[in-house]
Amino acid sequence: MPAKYAIHHKTAKPRFRPIGKLGIVDWREDCSSCHNCVKRDCVYRLYRDEADTLRDEAGYLDYIYQCKGCLNCVQNCTKNILTRVINPEFLRLGDGYYTPDLILSTWYQAETGKIPVSGAGYGGPFSGPGFDSMWTDMSEIVRPTRDGIHGREYISTGVDIGRKLPHLAFDDGRLKVDPPPLAETPLPVLFDRIPRHWNRGAVTALIASAAAEIGTLAVLDEADHRENEAAARGRAIPFLTAPHPETAQPGGAATLVMIPDGPDVLEAQAALKADHPGRIVAIRIPADPAAAGRVATLARDGADAIFMAFDRHGRENGSAHPRHMRDVLRDAHTTLVRQGIRDEVTLIASGGIAAAEHVAKAIICGADLVAIDVPLILALECRLCGECERGQACPIALEEIDAEFGVRRIVNLMAAWHSQLLEMLGAMGIREVRRLRGETGRCMFFEDLERDTFGRWFGKRKADA
Amino acid sequence: MSTVSSLPESVEVSREVRPAPPRYRNEIGKFAIHRSSLCAACGRCVETCRHGVHVRPEGYLHVMRPFDYRCIGPGCGETESYCIDACAHGALKLSANPVSETMGDRRWTPDLLLSTWAMAETGLPPGNHLESEVGASGGGFDRLRFRFPDSPPPGLRREDISTKLELNRRGDSRPRIAIDVPWYGGGMSFGSTNIRALLGKARVAKAFHGFTCTGEGGYPQRFIPYKDHVITQVATGLFGVREETIQRAPIVEFKYAQGAKPGLGGHLLGDKNTPSVAAMRETVQGVSLFSPFPFHSVYSVEDHRKHLDWIAHVNPRALLSAKVSTPADVDMVAVGIYYAGGHIVHLDGSYGGTGAAPNVAKKNIAMPIEYAIGRVHEFLAAEGIRDQVTVIASGGIRTPADVAKAIAMGADGCVIGTAELVALGCIRCTACESGRGCARGIATTDDELLEMVDIEWCTQRLVNLYAAWQRMLVDLLFRLGLDSVSALRGRTDLLTHLDYEHEA
Repeated sequence: MPAKYAIHHKTAKPRFRPIGKLGIVDWREDCSSCHNCVKRDCVYRLYRDEADTLRDEAGYLDYIYQCKGCLNCVQNCTKNILTRVINPEFLRLGDGYYTPDLILSTWYQAETGKIPVSGAGYGGPFSGPGFDSMWTDMSEIVRPTRDGIHGREYISTGVDIGRKLPHLAFDDGRLKVDPPPLAETPLPVLFDRIPRHWNRGAVTALIASAAAEIGTLAVLDEADHRENEAAARGRAIPFLTAPHPETAQPGGAATLVMIPDGPDVLEAQAALKADHPGRIVAIRIPADPAAAGRVATLARDGADAIFMAFDRHGRENGSAHPRHMRDVLRDAHTTLVRQGIRDEVTLIASGGIAAAEHVAKAIICGADLVAIDVPLILALECRLCGECERGQACPIALEEIDAEFGVRRIVNLMAAWHSQLLEMLGAMGIREVRRLRGETGRCMFFEDLERDTFGRWFGKRKADA
Repeated sequence: MSTVSSLPESVEVSREVRPAPPRYRNEIGKFAIHRSSLCAACGRCVETCRHGVHVRPEGYLHVMRPFDYRCIGPGCGETESYCIDACAHGALKLSANPVSETMGDRRWTPDLLLSTWAMAETGLPPGNHLESEVGASGGGFDRLRFRFPDSPPPGLRREDISTKLELNRRGDSRPRIAIDVPWYGGGMSFGSTNIRALLGKARVAKAFHGFTCTGEGGYPQRFIPYKDHVITQVATGLFGVREETIQRAPIVEFKYAQGAKPGLGGHLLGDKNTPSVAAMRETVQGVSLFSPFPFHSVYSVEDHRKHLDWIAHVNPRALLSAKVSTPADVDMVAVGIYYAGGHIVHLDGSYGGTGAAPNVAKKNIAMPIEYAIGRVHEFLAAEGIRDQVTVIASGGIRTPADVAKAIAMGADGCVIGTAELVALGCIRCTACESGRGCARGIATTDDELLEMVDIEWCTQRLVNLYAAWQRMLVDLLFRLGLDSVSALRGRTDLLTHLDYEHEA
């Protein structure tokens, strides 16, 4: 068997106290100082450890603000003066997409590198927009056609980036064609360039180092690329925005480069490949309502890889009623399939990939792989408070972050995502993530299930439902 | 733990409803009543309140601290029993209890938790001040409603309505087993759950001629007095599966998959693998136990058939049940279970489960049970075998209304799990798996935490819950004009969905 790909995680405790969800407060006077709450009732010893914890912050799980909310102290309080509250600071975290729970879960994964596990079933909404309206299928036992028998550890998460030939040709048993170059990444997750307001201190360098450490690739602006080439150890994709760079060697020695879409983009691609026959060019296009058509044109005309950039919430750009990535990717993928050229080009989706499950779901919808940006910063303890965008001081002092620590946090997050991806692929009975691409047969969509079940009984779904 | 020889073969358990007060000093309610120092201990509140909030024990001068969890809130102001207005000294204050709104989640709302606690305490349907039928998940059961006829048919009496459920429909030589209510207790393993809670589950199963299930952690000897009501589960880890545990069971359940983690195996984290758990499972103490997925002896329908044949021969009197999850082709799977000799098709939807599971699996893998039931029911009917097999739905059944909706969509009955744990005081803090286990003493094997509940209390809470559910189910059937729960099966015409335009 081939060597297993594994991402090694090592605990990286946060620099700043995370914002917890629950807290216990007294809401009435009249404490009798019996200390039952402190001495007896907290099975997690949070009250007893509080003094130590405040002095020597020991990690995510140990904070007093990480009260697990078992309510023993509240319910056993002699005077019934304690109550539990949800931390208002917690509720202010993030936004409707990067929810407080999602941010907390990302912090946990960045600290521990482990899969978030909990008891008592699922407690969230029945379904939701975008990726929340998809359920991946699982392989029930009695189907011999699925290959769930292979050990989960040998499930491959590697993907190739680059142009592929529609078929091979042989002459007298020898390969007659010259296959174009391919770049392989062991994880279908690239690191995208981050907005300028987050680009502080060692942030870009550590993202490049983290990509190199786990063998994936990081997209860097050209100037950042020149500065951080060493950190990236050949795993960076310079984003070349100027069509005719003045430097003699645009992109340096990089195997993979990225350019923005434009009228002459394929000429630019050819120019970039001229001196580097082994080079792969990714074309970054804004994911807008015309994206499927543009993807098809570029694919037909010889693009290697197309990078579709969605907004931060995974929606298409430039539309009054933006569709979610889910639908745009399916559109682009099926357009290519109909034209018989899907396998020739690599599709990368970025924007709105916020959790491990989104990776699997975006790939099911038709992407070969995804790129992430916000989760990288969340891993570095960002609270999405937006102070930096307003020119204010960063409450977690992103500019002072230690590079080694930051690498650890991002590597941990990817370790947790990788493990979760394996869980999902294992449950689906799919042995390699390449085979998941566009495999909507391994997925159930909300609208289909509703139509096939409730639609047959109750007619048409209300437009505003 | 008692030895086998010292255990009685069988014991009786009463299904009489008796008050089973909460085990915490300060039970949580939707409302809080605060009595200030202005109180003159006149006792007006005690005389006024009909809900048991204000109590003055005989011979005492002072009124006890209000049992405000029983308070029905501002709605009481419309009635004669409103203590706030009755108090001549202005000493009482009514407010929303801030804890209650921090409890639960979208599926198990604070109201559902509180109403389950109320039923477990009193054995009666909860008051109207609590929403006790639906949660706030925004789909499935929570958007389905019953369409009641204007008036029930004349002559229908509540006492004549049957809630019995027949489990063996194959007409083979195996026993015809009927249970008194159309649900039974789901598998929770020794190791995941406090043995006292498990015994409470076994005892309520005995009282209602129903069943509980061992889960995959083996068959504790202490189940033997209830053995006619305990299902032995054969899961992929095969923990504690022995000839005698198969032969002892009236039903043997194959757990192919489970709703909370479809496509993944069982999962017991190391901290909960104590010496007694390790002994039962024949493993090493402290090691995390991940059961394989799938059964490594079953890769085809033919293997599945052999699997069931094996048990059928080891125990010629057992009914065979197969618990599966809800993939896209769940209907085909159900047919496969029937043709392999199964009596019960147990569908476990993806939004239920009590044990530890990766969050990514809970939310994203396999379909919610609401979609699977109708699919299976209609497919089995089209195959002409619907009446030869019993379909049981689980994974997100929280209330008797959920049971009724599942049956109206085509199930014969349900399996419940979380609802039983909530009756025992679970607040769904979801930390079951961490450290010493459940801080409420339910899903734990920690010696000290085990002491938080006792068997009698667990039994009574569950008896009360079952009694209240049965009463509410009978009431629902009465309002629908049906004389038995089996008459409800597949009656989607009695349902409506708030998100659909259909009105008739």
